Amino acid sequence: MATTTQPQTGRKSATSLSNEEILRYSRHLIMPEVGMEGQLKLKNAKVLLIGTGGLGAPLGLYLAAAGVGRLGLVDFDVVDFTNLQRQVTFGSDDVGKPKTEAARARLSNLNPDIQIDTFETKLTSDNALELFKDFDVIVDGTDNFPTRYLVNDASVLLGKPNVYGSIFRFEGQATVFGMPEGPCYRCLYPEPPPPGLVPSCAEGGVLGVLPGIVGSIQAMETIKLILGTGENLVGRLLLFDALEMKFRELKLRKNPNCPMCGEHRTINKLIDYYEFCGVRGEEAPGPDVQVPEITPRELKSRLDRGDDLFILDVREPHEYQICNLNGHLIPLGELPRRVHELDSSHEIIAHCRSGKRSAEAVDFLRKAGFRKIYNLHGGILAWSTEVDPNVPRY
Amino acid sequence: MSVKVMIPTPLRAYAGKRDSAEFSAATVGEALSGLTSQFGELRKHLYTEDGKLRAFVNVYLNDEDIRYLAKENTPTKDGDTISIIPSIAGGSFAR
Repeated sequence: MATTTQPQTGRKSATSLSNEEILRYSRHLIMPEVGMEGQLKLKNAKVLLIGTGGLGAPLGLYLAAAGVGRLGLVDFDVVDFTNLQRQVTFGSDDVGKPKTEAARARLSNLNPDIQIDTFETKLTSDNALELFKDFDVIVDGTDNFPTRYLVNDASVLLGKPNVYGSIFRFEGQATVFGMPEGPCYRCLYPEPPPPGLVPSCAEGGVLGVLPGIVGSIQAMETIKLILGTGENLVGRLLLFDALEMKFRELKLRKNPNCPMCGEHRTINKLIDYYEFCGVRGEEAPGPDVQVPEITPRELKSRLDRGDDLFILDVREPHEYQICNLNGHLIPLGELPRRVHELDSSHEIIAHCRSGKRSAEAVDFLRKAGFRKIYNLHGGILAWSTEVDPNVPRY
Repeated sequence: MSVKVMIPTPLRAYAGKRDSAEFSAATVGEALSGLTSQFGELRKHLYTEDGKLRAFVNVYLNDEDIRYLAKENTPTKDGDTISIIPSIAGGSFAR
């Protein structure tokens, strides 16, 4: 079932297209499912993109190209080199620029006829309702649980559709939440996973094309909502497995007892979503455990002195291939059954990429009776910054 | 009766990197306990300490959420597929 989102009052609705616009959108105009009426709906539509990263890239590009009249972009981040592998809105020249500004430049070049509003800010409980209220459709392209729940709750409170997409390595999910007759994110996931059970950075990563596919699905659903045509994903969770190249779908039911969209709403305002998700902030958390540490500079001077130190690298083999400190490689997950490879009388320095996994390793080994073991503070990244810039960062 | 359990990417690390496993089971609960006895590490990811399915773990029998069927007592038949659908939050992976 499709639902048309009528443009809200504010700007005067466009009732015609210029000759230039007619030429630009001719491949839409000759389709009966879009036509002049549909193109005017697109022109009068206002879509807010939360996040201009991997999912936001195809979203921004396709929605701008399609002639969505007003696009809002919310992001507080700056383009960095690791983004270019998948965030195809940005070019190498954009590294270091705010994402919203880089995206605005690219999208206005693609389509100068549309209005692009940028909000270089973090979405918070204090600004979400104010930001959302002028838009017809909210598109969730964020990358963390607190913001997912915030986008959901704000959309439901304002009665706006929330076009959802998320990705993990080779898998993607997409659906449309927040329609009156359909479920919301809390119907599907009443509670976030506790931070300790979220897969570690060792298992992270994403194939660059995947957000391109899932973000494109979100763009298509957004356009269908605006046009009021076709069957949209309300009440269906689309699952995509890129490795198997399979799409599946599951039924999503509206939970009658949902605290947000159920008959008896118990959540009537935005809450503290970091507290709700059990995390204090969005910044990369420090080690979960407190363990003895050594700084890269201390390690360097001890190695230069000729101290007999055993370097234990707890990353994954494919990370070792990127760069290493000639350490002995035992991935964190294999440590329990490979402890016998280590000599507890030896002084051991454990490291990973950023220091988080190796802190767990040090904690584990201390509990196993190792006493002369230290975590390399900041991992191989800090080694690269503070000691040897020839070691690549990743 | 053979039932296939689909293991999602984030949990494969705790299931010998397998993407699915087959069990002989008459209910969804039996199939899941087959899974967690074969892969002990999965248990804490699926169940709370007092043995309840975790609230952020969604289990589907074919395309239906078992919360709207008979939960873990939902009967299974030969050829059914059980899917574990975890919350994933990735989008821009900005960090």
